[in-house]
Amino acid sequence: MTDLTTLTLAQARDGLADKSFTSLELTEAHLAAMAQARALNTYVLETPDEARAMARAADEKIAKGEVGPLAGIPLGVKDLFATRGVRTTACSKILDDFTPTYESTVTTQLWRDGAVMLGKLNNDEFAMGSSNETSCFGPAVNPWRREGSDAKLVPGGSSGGSAAAVAAGLCLGATGTDTGGSIRQPAAFAGIVGIKPTYGRCSRWGIVAFASSLDQAGPFARTVRDSAILLRSMAGHDPKDTTSVDRDVPDYEAAVGRSVKGLRIGIPKEYRLDGMPQEIEKLWTQGADWLKAAGAELVEVSLPHTRYALPAYYIVAPAEASSNLARYDGVRYGARAPGGNIVEMYENTRAAGFGAEVKRRVMIGTYVLSAGYYDAYYLRAQKVRTLIKKDFEDCFAQGVHAILTPATPSAAFAIGEKAGADPVEMYLNDIFTVTVNMAGLPGIAVPAGSDAQGLPLGLQLIGRPFDEETLFSVGEVIEQAAGRFAPPRWW
Amino acid sequence: MSVDAATVRRIAHLARIAVTDDEVPHLQGELNAILAFVEQLSEVDVEGVEPMTSVTPMDMKKRADAVNDGEIADQIVANAPAPENHFFLVPKVVE
Repeated sequence: MTDLTTLTLAQARDGLADKSFTSLELTEAHLAAMAQARALNTYVLETPDEARAMARAADEKIAKGEVGPLAGIPLGVKDLFATRGVRTTACSKILDDFTPTYESTVTTQLWRDGAVMLGKLNNDEFAMGSSNETSCFGPAVNPWRREGSDAKLVPGGSSGGSAAAVAAGLCLGATGTDTGGSIRQPAAFAGIVGIKPTYGRCSRWGIVAFASSLDQAGPFARTVRDSAILLRSMAGHDPKDTTSVDRDVPDYEAAVGRSVKGLRIGIPKEYRLDGMPQEIEKLWTQGADWLKAAGAELVEVSLPHTRYALPAYYIVAPAEASSNLARYDGVRYGARAPGGNIVEMYENTRAAGFGAEVKRRVMIGTYVLSAGYYDAYYLRAQKVRTLIKKDFEDCFAQGVHAILTPATPSAAFAIGEKAGADPVEMYLNDIFTVTVNMAGLPGIAVPAGSDAQGLPLGLQLIGRPFDEETLFSVGEVIEQAAGRFAPPRWW
Repeated sequence: MSVDAATVRRIAHLARIAVTDDEVPHLQGELNAILAFVEQLSEVDVEGVEPMTSVTPMDMKKRADAVNDGEIADQIVANAPAPENHFFLVPKVVE
């Protein structure tokens, strides 16, 4: 039998439907692959018992002809999604052994459609990071290595475990969340596809909150088609999230393979950074050429406030985080450190439970919201955000259907390489992705080439609000031209 | 703008995070690096620009003001570090 872990999600779906194999066989193949890949530190909790029970239930349904869109498909879940009865930590010590008594809406929908949970995936603590190095479980490891080197590379972050697990064949797809690039940047680093849908497309209910006005859930998968299949199950209106949008979910898969002839694709001149590596520049031009060859019209566009997106983000996101993370007080759940009085107890609990990056961001957020600084920082950042969004609106008003940019300024870097004193250096990883969160738009990262050391590089497509379908259509053109990227197995 | 050591201590207290004397200089450096980075926003002309309050143009949905859940005290305290009879125990607050 072929290695079931190398199938695409769509191939596995077809194989289950025509009874070539069972969900239990498919699930066992993945559980075995996970056991052999612990060096990658992708799963922070494996749930083989739940996986087998869910697979058996899926097989029974398949036998009866009741086939949900994801019937019997084994998936991994970022440890930011609350899973009933299964430890959920956000990869923070402060949540300790928190075991939710409820299930997030997104995962509820995945199980509704028949998917099988393999376990919980590593991420940066509270999704704050771009390398998965801030996780309390230690960094996840990228299955890709530089040619001729065995240095361990980061899989990106914050959804690093999800990206690494999908790339390494440890699940057929995974959930992620994206606040400033946390799906698209790791997808690019791992040579897979990741989409952050429009803000409001997926419910945030039951997802550990980082920055509520920016957070969106989305899928990781090895192909554009697979990510379209997953997003259809994850998206949809949820009365429990007042920012979720009451709007029909299209059949995203139907958009895969649709012609891009006549579509106008914008190339934003402000994304051409000084000192941008030549291979990123080349990749971008190559992507534009592929789309032109497929019949799209390429136009230069201007998004003048691009350079202010990252600094505005580093005010808005920490401000919202400082408010969201106020709930971790050692009283209702999670770890507690003792103190002589209640304030000391809070302070000791939070000092012991939060890691360095989380503390930094909570403190920055506290500062920019504090009396006397609110107008200078927070209010100004929210005004700049309005301007960033207007840049995109103006661009789409000129008839542009989607915007093509690089996904990241470089390929994956080594673990520890950016652990220098200046946190801003790490933040620059999100320079191409963060604008999309600030404007609430959908963005997809698709692998498009390799750097000189053989590491995958991705391109990003940014779409109009709620037009994920165009991103799947255009993304597939890049995928067809660039081919698939799979790391050689060394683990 | 930049912060001094006293401000770092004040922010930490507002954020309810205990910091040791050894940590203060390091935190001060990092916070100032971030504040220097965000300083570029002062170049932007924001005269007459409305601050963003909602990224998607939609009215806030409102639910009916009615009880639709409850009687789950066991679940509420299930993860508490110090629960007792459906209460959360904390250090003494009122003398």
